Amino acid sequence: MDVAGQNAQILSAREMGFVACRRCTKVWPAGTTTCGRCGSAVISRDTLSLQRVWALWLVGFMCYIPANMYPMLQTRTLLSVQEDTIVGGAIELIHYGSPGIAFIILFASVVIPIGKFLAIGFLAISVTRPSAVSNHHRQVLYEVVEYIGRWSMIDIFVVAIMSSLVQLNTLAAINPGRASLFFALSVIFTMLSAQAFDSRMIWDVRTDQKRDDAEGRKGHAAND
Amino acid sequence: MSTAPPIPLDKLIVCTHCDAVYALERPSAGQKATCARCGTVLITPRRKAGLQIIAVSIAIAILIVAATVFPFLSISAGGTTNSVSILDAALAFSDGLLIALALATAALIIFVPLARVLLTLYVLIPVVLDYPPVRGATQAFRFAEALRPWSMAEIFALGCAVALIKISDLADVTFGPAFWMFAVLVVLVVVQDNFLCRWSVWTSLDRTRKS
Repeated sequence: MDVAGQNAQILSAREMGFVACRRCTKVWPAGTTTCGRCGSAVISRDTLSLQRVWALWLVGFMCYIPANMYPMLQTRTLLSVQEDTIVGGAIELIHYGSPGIAFIILFASVVIPIGKFLAIGFLAISVTRPSAVSNHHRQVLYEVVEYIGRWSMIDIFVVAIMSSLVQLNTLAAINPGRASLFFALSVIFTMLSAQAFDSRMIWDVRTDQKRDDAEGRKGHAAND
Repeated sequence: MSTAPPIPLDKLIVCTHCDAVYALERPSAGQKATCARCGTVLITPRRKAGLQIIAVSIAIAILIVAATVFPFLSISAGGTTNSVSILDAALAFSDGLLIALALATAALIIFVPLARVLLTLYVLIPVVLDYPPVRGATQAFRFAEALRPWSMAEIFALGCAVALIKISDLADVTFGPAFWMFAVLVVLVVVQDNFLCRWSVWTSLDRTRKS
């Protein structure tokens, strides 16, 4: 670690009267609104960000419902036409003996999105009140959400590849269903929602809390 | 750390994730400076990183164009064959409203990675060759960084694997040249992303700093 002040109390830029550009890390005096280096908007704490987080979260959630109701894939063979929803398709795969693939699909299309809704919701609530979960864990949670959210898109790509590849005239054809559009929108909006979240607020709770009960909980502030 | 105004702002670095302030100390090449509070990597300089990134970026640009047009996968069953390129795969959603999805897919797997590489080249080539930064370099780099989460080539690669296993019992699948190009491409994208030290680029683009 090459940065100074490891043992000293770490201060945030806001406490020191600075504001930092989140894009290029340049430091400016508090009150600066545009970064002079990269031109990004600079704001110490984006107080409106929670509203944006919730709005995008809600749109993403609303898209996730039809994504699971409508068929994701339509498989047409010589004799039959079959339409599968996300979960239905995965169950089908288990029956046909590829539980590994079914697991990937279920994980990427069900576990990750739902986990993401819960995680973003939890983070957005946790910054408004003292939280039982340590700042460090919440930061890790945020980074996991940001990193892993994109991987939900995998199901869309699977549908794209399969439906472009399996076009064998009368023999068999796979076509994308309506759910694919809603699912893609859901992933995109939850990604935007996670990006709108200002993760610096996670660390403010500790300092605010300290101001409130400076005596009360020394152990909490000692190390995170 | 009684840092009052006398400390020049150039000598500070702030963690973008948790807003912690540190006195700036450049790590030597190959080392990393990380935030002591949340662990975010702040600075990660490498020797000759600029030239390496430029080389890798040019390779990526060529591979994207080639992988897009050459046959990617082909399938055969019962005497019928069908061969598709990556562009075909992206544009599979072609009826009605799904057109929007086709465009988004094409953007995520082809155009966003390509745009990021071209913007990086535009910004980095003058900087590495010791010329003054080109016009609009800061906007270009800012845009390239904003596009970062939307570049999904590696996710598409895993999607390929899943789709292949799903199809393989339905028909015979053979790999085209674009498949192997894409495999290399995914590795290079990850390499390029990890070599690039954002802080160093921003510092070299800084025109307000006279040194």
